Amino acid sequence: MNAIVERERGLLELEGRIADLKAHAADQPVDLTSEIRALEEKYAQIQLDIFGHLTPWQRVNMARHPKRPLGSAYIAALDQFDELHGDRHFGDDPAIIGGFAKLRGRRVVAIAQDKGADTKEKVHRNFGMPRPEGYRKVQRLVRLADHLGLPVITFVDTSGADPGIVSEERAQSEAIAQSIAAFAEVSVPIVATVIGEGGSGGALALALADHVTMLEHSVYSVASPEGCAAILWGDAGKAEEAASRLRLTSEDLLGFGIVDEIVPEPLGGAHRDSRGTIDSVLSAIDGALARLATIPPGELRARRYDKFRRIGSPA
Amino acid sequence: MIPEWLRIRRGPQQALEDAAQWTKCPKCATMLYRPDLAKNLFVCTTCKHHFRMHAFDRIAMLVDADFVEIGADVVPGDPLGWTDKTSYPQKLERDREKSKLTEGIVCGFASIGSSPLALGVMDFNFRGGTMGTVVGERLARLFEGARERKLPVVVCTASGGARMEEGMLALMQMAKTTVALQRFRDDGGYAITVLTDPTTGGVSASFAFQTDVIVSEARASIGFAGRRVIEQTIRQKLPENFQTAEFLLEHGAIDMVVERAGLRELLIRLLDYGSGARRNVPAPAVNGHAPAPAATTS
Repeated sequence: MNAIVERERGLLELEGRIADLKAHAADQPVDLTSEIRALEEKYAQIQLDIFGHLTPWQRVNMARHPKRPLGSAYIAALDQFDELHGDRHFGDDPAIIGGFAKLRGRRVVAIAQDKGADTKEKVHRNFGMPRPEGYRKVQRLVRLADHLGLPVITFVDTSGADPGIVSEERAQSEAIAQSIAAFAEVSVPIVATVIGEGGSGGALALALADHVTMLEHSVYSVASPEGCAAILWGDAGKAEEAASRLRLTSEDLLGFGIVDEIVPEPLGGAHRDSRGTIDSVLSAIDGALARLATIPPGELRARRYDKFRRIGSPA
Repeated sequence: MIPEWLRIRRGPQQALEDAAQWTKCPKCATMLYRPDLAKNLFVCTTCKHHFRMHAFDRIAMLVDADFVEIGADVVPGDPLGWTDKTSYPQKLERDREKSKLTEGIVCGFASIGSSPLALGVMDFNFRGGTMGTVVGERLARLFEGARERKLPVVVCTASGGARMEEGMLALMQMAKTTVALQRFRDDGGYAITVLTDPTTGGVSASFAFQTDVIVSEARASIGFAGRRVIEQTIRQKLPENFQTAEFLLEHGAIDMVVERAGLRELLIRLLDYGSGARRNVPAPAVNGHAPAPAATTS
């Protein structure tokens, strides 16, 4: 059970009661105004108690919240989108959606990882775990964007690249490696946004960017907390402890210089106001693209080199 | 100056003999009134089967108004002195009469949704749309013309592959179109392929799959080896959807599948996405060779 879903259950019940009271207040002989206000105050207090400060493990759960807006919701909010499919070799990976788009009138190539909304779609999209053909589609689209002089925007949300037999057979490592390389190689502006889970190399494959943004409660990590706990302590059950040690929150990563900007979420998380959250993210991307547009294309690659060359170097 | 055929194809269809006014849909057997079929972009009103289109009809359907043809003066010879049941020149003459075309492709400059472009349209009615020296040469000139004018290129393919009657000279058109397209793309050129039914062999295995965006008309048959060749080689019956546009989309080979009714609008959007492309200034070709870049003076 998702820890956030559990914690917000009582809150949602209270929310329902307030709404009921408000709806029926007019029919009641007695004045309910003060009662409603008291409940609303109580609601606000509980909400602040629960969401005012989230532990790293709670952030992980927020990033995995079943109602959190998915990559496809961001794609759908663009002004225009024409999906391009396939790696030209083996298949089209539904875990990654990519194509030509317009963002606030600006022509771009947009690429998003998507976990799928319902069970059928989750299976279709392999729960957002891309296979090699997905990363090869990404490479193709990034190079196409470079060829046409279009900026690239990516939406990162994956628990990780697909760990399976077929992915190994088709050289998953090579596909991720070449995807990272493609982002380093091109001369067009790249803006990456971590909107949910930034799961390891499978996420970085879409995130070697000139500007990296994170939604406040998204996480970006060398491994999933479960994976880290299993690797170090042979016990995936110690995920909560791993989460607190990995420094995977947006604030941590801003501090490391791995992330350039944090987009705040509404109290209670992105899913409490999906439309508003998506709008803030798109505005942040638009702002970053406007700033990057002032840099001569020839300089972008060199700046990207400097940026990633510096990370983790001795001061 | 709008060509005569374009004016005719865009206008009301000419009155034909009564019997010729009707045609049968090969998919669902519905009898279709030809002028209605033309109005519906040669798509069956009952089952949406996409009829193979004449190059002139397809150009009329896609372009805004004008079309300036290039390469029309390049016409076929008989390099191998080929004869089977009839001579190659006789076959060509028959195809010319039947199709009203001089060869298997029509190339030229036009605009789509006010975006100027270089457009090539192949036609299956002429030697099965096969690529011989003329198709290759016209395509190379199209890519070169687009490079000089800094225009995007759209090629609508329909081809059975390389033309047997021109032997190795036909095969080498795969190489010629490849080098011409590559030089165009090296200079920042933007090329789009529209695969139409059928596209196979030497055309699919050269320029058609080297472009930036590959679109296919719905349910078109696309592949390398034709169905008959594969079935006879491996002695197996192939699945129904094998080598359809939808099969290729699922297997990652093409970008998108479009119903013919939406093709023009899609091309308008695709051309728009590439309208800000960085284009290097092509060096003027001297005797067919690009000169060394001149030193710039400030």
